[in-house]
Amino acid sequence: MTRQRNDSVGSIGTARPAPELEVWQALNIALDRAMERDSGVFILGEDVGLFGGSYRVTQGLYAKYGEWRVRDTPISENSFVGMGVGAALAGGRPLVEIMTVNFALLALDSIINIAAKLRYMSGGQLEVPLVVRMPGGVAKQLGAQHSQRLEHVLVNVPGLRVVVPGTPQDSFWQLSQAILADDPIIVLEHELLYFTKGPFDAEMPAPPMHSAAVRREGRDVTLMAWHRMVSVCLDAAGQLSARGIEAEVIDLRSLRPIDLPLLRASVQKTHRAIVIEEDCRFGGVGAEIAATLNEVAYADLKSPVRRVAASDVPTPYNVELERASIPRTQDILRAVEEVVGVSAG
Amino acid sequence: MQRKLARQFLYDMVLARQFEQAAAEQYTEGNIGGFLHLYPGEEAVAVGSLRAADPGDYVVSTYREHVHAMVWGVSPTAVMAELFGRATGCSGGYGGSMHLYDAGHRFLGGYAIVGETFAIAAGVAYWLRMTESAQIVLCYFGDGAANQGTFHETLNMAALWKLPVLFVCENNRYQIGTEIHRHSAVPDIYRHASAYGIDGRRVDGMDVVAVYEAARTALQHVRSGNGPYLIECETYRYRGHSMADPGAYRSVLELAELRARDPLETFRQRALAQGWLSEAECGDVDKAVEAVVTEAVRFAAASPQPTDLGRNVYSEPLDLYGGRP
Repeated sequence: MTRQRNDSVGSIGTARPAPELEVWQALNIALDRAMERDSGVFILGEDVGLFGGSYRVTQGLYAKYGEWRVRDTPISENSFVGMGVGAALAGGRPLVEIMTVNFALLALDSIINIAAKLRYMSGGQLEVPLVVRMPGGVAKQLGAQHSQRLEHVLVNVPGLRVVVPGTPQDSFWQLSQAILADDPIIVLEHELLYFTKGPFDAEMPAPPMHSAAVRREGRDVTLMAWHRMVSVCLDAAGQLSARGIEAEVIDLRSLRPIDLPLLRASVQKTHRAIVIEEDCRFGGVGAEIAATLNEVAYADLKSPVRRVAASDVPTPYNVELERASIPRTQDILRAVEEVVGVSAG
Repeated sequence: MQRKLARQFLYDMVLARQFEQAAAEQYTEGNIGGFLHLYPGEEAVAVGSLRAADPGDYVVSTYREHVHAMVWGVSPTAVMAELFGRATGCSGGYGGSMHLYDAGHRFLGGYAIVGETFAIAAGVAYWLRMTESAQIVLCYFGDGAANQGTFHETLNMAALWKLPVLFVCENNRYQIGTEIHRHSAVPDIYRHASAYGIDGRRVDGMDVVAVYEAARTALQHVRSGNGPYLIECETYRYRGHSMADPGAYRSVLELAELRARDPLETFRQRALAQGWLSEAECGDVDKAVEAVVTEAVRFAAASPQPTDLGRNVYSEPLDLYGGRP
């Protein structure tokens, strides 16, 4: 188990006007606003109440909304997610927090076999407005069982939507949008991003939930990533720029659906694309994007779409091996050199 | 017993028996596909418990749920049409035998993975409790489902938060072909409830009146805010687990013994002996049901096929590649 100590029991988020917030605070504000607006919104999860959430995301909400709307559950992932589905069927707007994606493996029946299918199986009579939040990714030496990435599992399920916010602003926007939507939506968060800072403006109008965002413009190659890999790409792009190669960095923000028009427009400009993923390579999101770009943008491509992905191993505990198991800046640099070099030759 | 209720019990059980017989025939003729799990022998459980409930309550059932749906108000035509996979079916032809739904009647399925009903029912109950509703939830499950983790997880949560759920175990002794003494260390399912501080009792599931009375007492308990209750109904299915199962793992003697306690025929005899119903009234019920079932099959066979493959996956059409479809 990994836990972030929750020393303060104070107020909800820090909604005071501030130029920057951390991701957990932005999520907290999104929850608070949704719960204030709609008395049907309630939270189920382990340690979301009195404890304030393993990553502080629900801090202060228990005190403000009470135990029925911020419910500490037993360690029964499949059943408390199933309860979320049941409550959604009856008219509620449940939001379930699974402490980490690693534990979500126990709840896949409720997510995949129930939540994702009920609208369709019932001929459209039933509606499952359910949000399931869970953090994943490789954190810091948590071992193989606490370092899963489930993107490849969840993006292949008809009936689900999967968003992957990586900044405070996107976390606020996309969680708020997910709560308002009438479908089961998975909000995948990243364990190492909760305490990273970024600009935040709650009043700024949100782009569509599935839209991707250009984080850095460039003309020579497009780097596509999500979550923490975006910052690794930006680091690589900075180094490449010093060598005269301008990389465009796109934060996918959503993995189901994906914002293909934006990816395609970028490739039309750069003619080269690399997908960088913290998830394993085989059968992953990178494979889907590469195959799709080959189908729709073949004429624009000067070289095949490449993937830089995690090694095909369970995550090791040893810190150096762990670092080597997922994409690093140097891995991206090498892939860019190959792609740019191949096409230049 | 009120004559009206006696007639209702008889009607429901005759409908259950005849409908399932017709479904078996239509399956054999190739008009119904997939898995088909039939209910003969178990009629008293659904009829007795559902007739004790309030029509405003919610029902969550298993994959052997044709009878629950019909007793709860879904029309036999809509159920048969669903078995035929037609657009007029209660799930529009998208669900099938194991996935019957009727939102208007608060009939929430129809779950084909053993053990799924528990958490769904508890979630509905959580919402009802949170919103201080007077409604409650009836949750059906078989003896085999009591070995799923969700049974224990949900009983714990339902007791912890005093959720308004009546858990009804249809103990037909077999999880497909494995008899209960071979699949449960403690084969008295109702005793599992006590591990979670939930009141539970066992009732003769071949006796519709006994089930009805037990359910009434249990529902009063649940509706009064005392939390969940569990009834174990000891019953039996005459057929195999599904149409694909000849049931060869059971002895002829066992089947004969249980058939001698047939819930439908014993109730008919009792109703006649007690003067609740006359021979003529029983005959009228048989005829009325026959007409209903014949019409259900005719309606299903004449109904159009659903044609839209992609609708209702999401609340609105969704292009996975980010454009408007």
